[in-house]
Amino acid sequence: MSLAGGKLNGSKLTTQAAASKATRGRSVLHQGLLTTLPVLSFGLALALSLTLPGQQEVVLLPYRLLLLALTIVFALRIPAARFSSARWRKAQQDSPFYIAAGLLVALWDLLTTKLNVLPLPFVPGPAQIAGVMVEDAETLLLSTLYSLRLLVIGFLIGSFCGIVLGVLIGWYRKWRYWLFPFIKFMGVVPATALIPIAMILVPSSFYAGVLLIVIAVCFPVAFMTSNGIEGVQNTYFEAARTLGADERYLIFKVAIPGAMPAIFSGIYTATGISFATLVVSEMIGARAGLGWYINWAKGWSNYAKVYASIIIMAITFSIVMAVIFRIRDRVLKWQKGLVK
Amino acid sequence: MMGNPVEKITGAVSIRGVGRVYADSAGNPMEALRDVHLDIAPGSFVSFIGPSGCGKTTLMRLIAGLDETASGEITLDGKVIDGTHYERGYVFQQANLFPWMSIRQNIAAGLKARKVYRDCRDKPDEYLRMVGLEDFGRMYPHQVSGGMAQRASLARALINEPKVLMLDEPLGALDAFTRMNLQDELLRLWQLRGTTMILVTHDVDEAIYLSDRIIVMSARPGSIKEIVDIDMEHPRDRSAPEFIRLRSRILEMLHFAGTSRSLEYYL
Repeated sequence: MSLAGGKLNGSKLTTQAAASKATRGRSVLHQGLLTTLPVLSFGLALALSLTLPGQQEVVLLPYRLLLLALTIVFALRIPAARFSSARWRKAQQDSPFYIAAGLLVALWDLLTTKLNVLPLPFVPGPAQIAGVMVEDAETLLLSTLYSLRLLVIGFLIGSFCGIVLGVLIGWYRKWRYWLFPFIKFMGVVPATALIPIAMILVPSSFYAGVLLIVIAVCFPVAFMTSNGIEGVQNTYFEAARTLGADERYLIFKVAIPGAMPAIFSGIYTATGISFATLVVSEMIGARAGLGWYINWAKGWSNYAKVYASIIIMAITFSIVMAVIFRIRDRVLKWQKGLVK
Repeated sequence: MMGNPVEKITGAVSIRGVGRVYADSAGNPMEALRDVHLDIAPGSFVSFIGPSGCGKTTLMRLIAGLDETASGEITLDGKVIDGTHYERGYVFQQANLFPWMSIRQNIAAGLKARKVYRDCRDKPDEYLRMVGLEDFGRMYPHQVSGGMAQRASLARALINEPKVLMLDEPLGALDAFTRMNLQDELLRLWQLRGTTMILVTHDVDEAIYLSDRIIVMSARPGSIKEIVDIDMEHPRDRSAPEFIRLRSRILEMLHFAGTSRSLEYYL
């Protein structure tokens, strides 16, 4: 029942071990150089932007400020990391990636803003995207907040419904008999296919979106919850019964906690589905949100805005994922070491 | 702490003509128990010993109310047993602690299940101390050793102050040293509490070391073959002549009880 987070941790551990092996043999000079190079690569990108003449009409200030900020961050990281050997090792380990990132950004800028080689409007330069983010900051922020509101409301209701339904199906024979086939059958249909129906059922596009996300989240969570409850060892129920437990105790203190790992794997599956449902439903029906923003920008052929909103989406959804993993690790702390 | 346990008037188990038939994996009926009669005195320590399939665990589950009797009846202090009740505690072979609860929460589970925790919040700590786990209350079951888990399991069952405690091979999965340690622990708790103890074991020495009476069972159908009373003082010396004599006597019975299996099978 190991979720992606667990796997992630595992691979992190192995790369860390490999990295520490690799760093052990390096001289101090070599180590210092390795951690300094990201500063130079982002500095180079900044210098390029500042010195070379451009061939595209672009607001350059936001991009330059961003590069300056990154350069400063990498520069400050060196003395900060020096205080702990773990951080120092991490700084060295991450270094090649950031060096490459800096060089790539410089190259990208060169090919777009400076030399105008890549076709516009489909491949805007980094400067243009950064410029658009600042220029359109207010709309982007509102769109993000709108999407988050839709996601959080839909997700919470959907998870709750899914857990309740899953517990009923997992615990009561009759609920299982009548509802499980339905869940199994309808569970394979992507919620986005229900957009036309949702729009008829619910007049407001916001609540239609909520309904779709609720459906998208509810099915996998209900499915995994009921499976999880069925999978709880019978001996735990027997132990609880000999301790004087009533049915309420058996459900809430044995069945549900025992099913928690499965519930979280359902929630994890549901997260990905809910992102897709959110974006598609916003693209089709809504008048706000990041999905709507992408579609709107596309309508104006403003691909810089499309990329800007995709980047913001990536950041936002990553944060949502991280929050869910944090909650899972807290709830399942009893499981640590047991799984993996 | 020598001699007999505290006099107790409660915890008398009476088994009257109990039988039970199972369907085996092929669907054929298998007689797990046939016409078992037995009276267990309140506050006594009784062990069931016998080959696999002799119905000793079946009988324990019937007393606990985890399964239903097919024929006959079992009473506790005159009341017919129907379903589980906290008066009849059960310690499982694997400690069977709830992995999502800390050791202390596991021990407190019985109080919470009975909704009396609010009136005795300090009781779990008392029981943690009783089994020597006061420093491990916050740990989760997977973080403690098998012996500690089984101690916690004992405390979890005892916190409800059951009249009868069933011990279903509770020490079977432990190493020899931990095992002997926990045997003394069991003895101490029994003498302290005067709870009627019913133990299922494969270990003849364990049965002789702990019990007032040993019920030797035979298989197919599961039934009582012989009852051995033990009058040795506690703590018992495993190398005393009487101990050794009892051991060979019971081993002989077991060898005879199982039809074709070798002696080592029961050790």
